[in-house]
Amino acid sequence: MTLTSYKYADTIHRCFRCGYCKFPTNWADVNNCPAYARFRMETYSCGGRLWLIRAWLSNEIEWTDHLAKIMYTCTACKNCEEKCPLRFNVDIMNMITAVKGEMVERGLIPSQVKDFLENIQRQGNPYGKARAKRGEWTEGIEIPKYKGQDFLYYVGCVGSYDTRAQETARTLGKVLTKAGVSFGVLGGEENCDGNEVNALGEETLFEMMAEENVTQFKELGVQKIVTLSPHSYNTFKNDYPLHDGNFEVFHYTQALRDLIQGERLDVSRGLNTRVAYHDPCFLGRWNGEYDAPRMILNAIPGIELVELEKNRAGALCCGGGGGNFYTDFLGGSESSPARIRAREAYDTGANILAVACPNCMTMLEDAVKAEGLEDKIDVKDISEIVVEATGIA
Amino acid sequence: MDHVKEALAVIVGEEHVSTEPEELYIYSYDLGTTEPRRPDYAVAPRTTEEVRRIVELANQEKIPIVPLGGGLSLAGLAVPLQGGIALDLKRMDTIIEVSEKARYAVVECGVSQGQLTAYLEKNHPNLMHSEPGAPPQATIAGNVAIHGQGDLAQPYGFNSDMVNGLEVVLPTGEVCKFGSCAVGANWYTQHPLPDVGLFLGWAGTTGIITKVSLKLYPRKKIQGVGQFVVEDEELIPEIIYRITHTEAAHDVVAFSQAIPPFASGLHHITINLSADSEKELDFKMELIFDDTLGEYIRSGDGGFLGFNRGLQRPQISKTADWRKGGGFEYVGAIMPVETYPQCYRRGREISERHDIPYTVLGRVIGMSHAMMFSWTYAFNRADLETIRQAREALHETDDLALELGGTIWKPGIYGQKLVLERIDPNTLKLMKKVKQLLDPNGIMNPGNWEVS
Repeated sequence: MTLTSYKYADTIHRCFRCGYCKFPTNWADVNNCPAYARFRMETYSCGGRLWLIRAWLSNEIEWTDHLAKIMYTCTACKNCEEKCPLRFNVDIMNMITAVKGEMVERGLIPSQVKDFLENIQRQGNPYGKARAKRGEWTEGIEIPKYKGQDFLYYVGCVGSYDTRAQETARTLGKVLTKAGVSFGVLGGEENCDGNEVNALGEETLFEMMAEENVTQFKELGVQKIVTLSPHSYNTFKNDYPLHDGNFEVFHYTQALRDLIQGERLDVSRGLNTRVAYHDPCFLGRWNGEYDAPRMILNAIPGIELVELEKNRAGALCCGGGGGNFYTDFLGGSESSPARIRAREAYDTGANILAVACPNCMTMLEDAVKAEGLEDKIDVKDISEIVVEATGIA
Repeated sequence: MDHVKEALAVIVGEEHVSTEPEELYIYSYDLGTTEPRRPDYAVAPRTTEEVRRIVELANQEKIPIVPLGGGLSLAGLAVPLQGGIALDLKRMDTIIEVSEKARYAVVECGVSQGQLTAYLEKNHPNLMHSEPGAPPQATIAGNVAIHGQGDLAQPYGFNSDMVNGLEVVLPTGEVCKFGSCAVGANWYTQHPLPDVGLFLGWAGTTGIITKVSLKLYPRKKIQGVGQFVVEDEELIPEIIYRITHTEAAHDVVAFSQAIPPFASGLHHITINLSADSEKELDFKMELIFDDTLGEYIRSGDGGFLGFNRGLQRPQISKTADWRKGGGFEYVGAIMPVETYPQCYRRGREISERHDIPYTVLGRVIGMSHAMMFSWTYAFNRADLETIRQAREALHETDDLALELGGTIWKPGIYGQKLVLERIDPNTLKLMKKVKQLLDPNGIMNPGNWEVS
């Protein structure tokens, strides 16, 4: 690799490695970088990564499997950008994504990442499950196909294939139906949104996917999209406009908030329970949406909403971003961020850990089980809480 | 796998020991201008027992150990000059106890300044510790091990003066306790047992501090910072003398810097005040800014820039970006307060000679008993010439600090050499005896404070 081929060669040395990037907003620990929390070696912190990238660029170190793994343990949670006090902080994620791109281009990626990308290319989803099965999550419920309705309900890969996340996808479909929203889904015609492909550094594949999706959406006359996943929301909102895809994009919590406030969704039946809400990175730090999920929960009578100590812009990532829900570089330890987060949720005394992201759902539900807390705290999607509060069967 | 790595993996677990080039690269660097030196192993223990076993192993194998806290000394004190084990202690991060009534905290050595601040704010809002001007990752133990100071230095002195007790793994592997905890009592006092202060200020060359009991102090409900400015640096010692006479402030810092240019040449004095009521705050404000500093305002020599409520976390690392280069290092020296004008003028000259925007700062320690004066030199990590310039400026400043009658704080190798050349021969002899007695195999952070 040469200095000239790396877009950030002129700025990457500006990281002082002061360590702010590891902290949450309240400075309670140094574990808010998920990869650093997991491994607790300086190399896995954001600063360590930036110094290693620079060392690789300047031929001070050679590429190794270990270097690639260090880069790909980054979950793209953006805590580092949030906390870094220096002015170049807006480019930190770009710097890391750019080096992943270099590794992709040169075939220097970990096997798990290779599998992820190959599965996307072959089957349109990271799991490598048959493309033809993408719409199976709709079986057993009445979910309309998209045919020019007001909203395209975009489910994404995790909601389409992961068994637990499929439940939330169906539940949200029921809620939207109950509220009388004019919407439809693509089912088996849906393709991966590409957010994780982009984060993994496969820019060319991402561009192709974005362009295909934009073409499809336009051909179908889509103007408004409501997404199950904050990851889809992020890329539709921020990346697709660069590919001529200008749609009005909503995360489903924004849609449900509007439906409740517009009295189209009656949650007055309520739910007597204590709920802690986990902010997903791609809704919170990436897109600044912290309030919509909380407004929904606060609107439901009987719910006592408690805050995790690390919340909003200081929330700890579940560890599933940047493809890690599949590659699982951060799993297998008490120090896995999802398990830390599960313990933090339990410490609030909440009965329910509310999530608004299918990736967070799968990561945190597994973590709650691994911690032996499944009898003490349930992981539920906000749509599932809303269903209970509305009394929809 | 080599047999040492294998043995280390048995002690700390495979995930917490590395011989991979990436870890060895990162742990070879200080954040300042010190040349990197690679360790052979990077190890992150979790318990005192693990540290003890690592030290035993290092003695058997005659391998150096370099303990590392936040890694922010900026003097190369944790660079493994002779290879060996880079011992990252940040996993040992439990706050073991806080005694509200006796006002102390017992912490493991990896607890960061930010972590203790957050813990106290949440659980003991009436207590605070003296937080240094470093980024929050700096550790409590690392800071006392180098005689650090914090934002309570003016009333209470060095942070190492606030130590009630220590747990230390000696270089030969024994775990020792010092202070009241040594006799099985609580960790509430360092005195009156025989003084065995062999670990503070030794930069990890006489043992590994694994637990610290640190004094805490009353935290009042209202905190804030008042700013006063003068143009004549000769006025600073007198002003500091007068402010400290009031005994009303809890941090007094005078500084001057080239950036932003409009403030270059001015001397700002920040005065931290705290109070439990508006009445108390009004009284302190009047005492300091009217009764004490009023005459400077009336004569036109000084100006009151206002009082802001709330304390901001130190943003020192922003200095690293002044040359958009990600680096800075400073010489800190413990200086008589009356040397402020010379420290400023001579330091500014050094900076300008090396084409570096000047930044000088003096934090008052005690009732004007001394100040920690820092001369900061930013450099561009991608430009070797600026690193060379900064290194030269740092060395000139080490010389200057001693010339002006000061003592270099946490000196790097160059400064240590200057100090050891000047130190009383009998003191040096005693230091050698202590070092040989405690560390017969010379495994603890070798290359630093080489008295043997």
